Amino acid sequence: MNDKKPYLRYLPVMALVAFLLLFPAISRNRYYIGVMTDVGLYTIIVIGLNLLMGYAGQISLGHAGFFGIGAYCSGLLSVKLGISPWVTIIAAVIFTAGFAYLIGIPTLKLRGHYLAMATLGFGEVIFVVLSKLDWLTGDTSGLLGIKPLSIGRIQFDSDFAIGQYSLAWIVALAILILSLNITDSRVGRAFRAIHGSEIAASGMGVNIARYKIQVFVLSAVYAAIAGGLYAHFRWFIGYPTFHLKTSIKLVTMVVVGGLGNIWGAVLGAILLTWLPEWLTAAAEYDIMVYGILLMLVMIFIPDGLAGRFSKLVERIMSRDTGDFPSSPDMQVEESD
Amino acid sequence: MDLPSLEQIVQYVIYGITVGGIYALVALGFTIIYNATDVINFAQGEFVMLGAMMMVSLHSTAHIPMPIAFVLSILIVTAIGATFERLAINPAKNASVITLIIITIGASIFIRGLALPIWGQDPIPATPFSKGSPISVMGAKIPLQRLWVLGTAVLTVGAVHIFYKYTIVGKAMRATAINRVAARLMGINVRRMVLCSFALSAAVGAGAGMAIAPVTHASYSMGAMLGLKGFCAAVLGGLGNGIGAVLGGFIIGVVEHLAIGFAPLGYSGYKDAVAFIILLAILFIKPSGLFGISRK
Repeated sequence: MNDKKPYLRYLPVMALVAFLLLFPAISRNRYYIGVMTDVGLYTIIVIGLNLLMGYAGQISLGHAGFFGIGAYCSGLLSVKLGISPWVTIIAAVIFTAGFAYLIGIPTLKLRGHYLAMATLGFGEVIFVVLSKLDWLTGDTSGLLGIKPLSIGRIQFDSDFAIGQYSLAWIVALAILILSLNITDSRVGRAFRAIHGSEIAASGMGVNIARYKIQVFVLSAVYAAIAGGLYAHFRWFIGYPTFHLKTSIKLVTMVVVGGLGNIWGAVLGAILLTWLPEWLTAAAEYDIMVYGILLMLVMIFIPDGLAGRFSKLVERIMSRDTGDFPSSPDMQVEESD
Repeated sequence: MDLPSLEQIVQYVIYGITVGGIYALVALGFTIIYNATDVINFAQGEFVMLGAMMMVSLHSTAHIPMPIAFVLSILIVTAIGATFERLAINPAKNASVITLIIITIGASIFIRGLALPIWGQDPIPATPFSKGSPISVMGAKIPLQRLWVLGTAVLTVGAVHIFYKYTIVGKAMRATAINRVAARLMGINVRRMVLCSFALSAAVGAGAGMAIAPVTHASYSMGAMLGLKGFCAAVLGGLGNGIGAVLGGFIIGVVEHLAIGFAPLGYSGYKDAVAFIILLAILFIKPSGLFGISRK
């Protein structure tokens, strides 16, 4: 259906933009705008992780590590060398991409849960290294005195909540649109083919190793972008933010939203960032709620909320036109 | 930098072997479930934590005599393992392996989240299995509980081995591990074997938890790191290889403790990274593990 009405694809994007424009006006609360800024940053990472898990079928339990490398790299460069944060974020992204590439070459040769373990392993190593960086940061709990991003005289510091909100979501939307285009391109079809069957995909001439490493590096790049923004939105970053717990939270967002559905990433990030806000009475137990959610969603709706929703929409659409409902995975696309 | 003395080295090796015994049991637990289901049970560490916590509650709080508390704890955790399989693994019929793995990650977070309000955040000291002063081995002082840890590990590994080799259920479980379809054709109820594997794995984990609790204290979060290290051990030994898993556990324990001993001052904090560096190294050099047969 997307092929016939290309504008339909951007309808949800428009809806999201409208919502994002209205949100600050409706909530009128700096704290809530701050939470929504975090949602934007999570969205950036989760879209990448969703591409990796949902489209290329590779699980990663180490994405908090890439997030952390991005944040620490950019933060350290700006604090120690006094370089503009815009430059340091780019440097951090390039560094993280190189790092992910080096890790990815041997790791992605492994199949199935070996990759989950390997990513978990290096995520844990990164965490230990970050927690012992006091000789470099001068503080045992993290990095202090990170400069905010600025354009001319405007500083995107924590007093300028709406500025941070706008900036986070402009980047998130750009990444969302880019990723939607990727999934509908030749590369995206290759990802789905790998997810379906590696053997069949390689039989069809898909260079599996190359695509896997590309999507792995891409997802690390997204995480590093979010990490860079995160560091400069705050005056201080602490290493506990980049613990395995965060990696699990990210995986939960992907799974609850819907594996292999970019919109699911947005949905998952929104839901699971707001959830602890709603559960303030049970703040200590938010991680338990993630646990229950992960289990329930995987047992009862393995294709996630967005997957369920898009199936529903598809059923309604196909009833209108009299077409047979078709699953997006099986769809044969003739034109590019 | 001062090199450690001989006594210190002996101490590190013996401490490494005893903690390695725990890693070995956790790794064995991973292997049992992996062989039956192809699933990495990320909740394995939580069985260890539950074992330790049950022991503390039953013995230190409820004053039930040690041997009875020991058996009761194992039974309770075994029941929890079986319940977990029935409630979370069994209902997800025809689920992909990735889905099942995510379910076990969810379960592990859930169990930990549940343990926090029950037992609190602070580590709880547990009573050693026996009283007595540390014994001396080549100048190194070894607390008795360390020996109990090692003893528990050896006995448990032996018991699991006998179970697999000589009981009918154990043989059926082995058959399931080797070839699920063939096992089903032979009239083995494969789903029940999956249940058995979770129960057995939980029991092994509980034993490990009870033995290590007097050494490290019991805490709601102890399962996470033990689970990860045990998992490194299972991979090091070759995933699916029980003997390999046990050896892998001992190797990681000893290397880790020697690394602390030889680390320059101030670097011992990197201890927890050692197991993962070993894991990454083995995955890159020989993913089938030290003792594994490479499978397609």
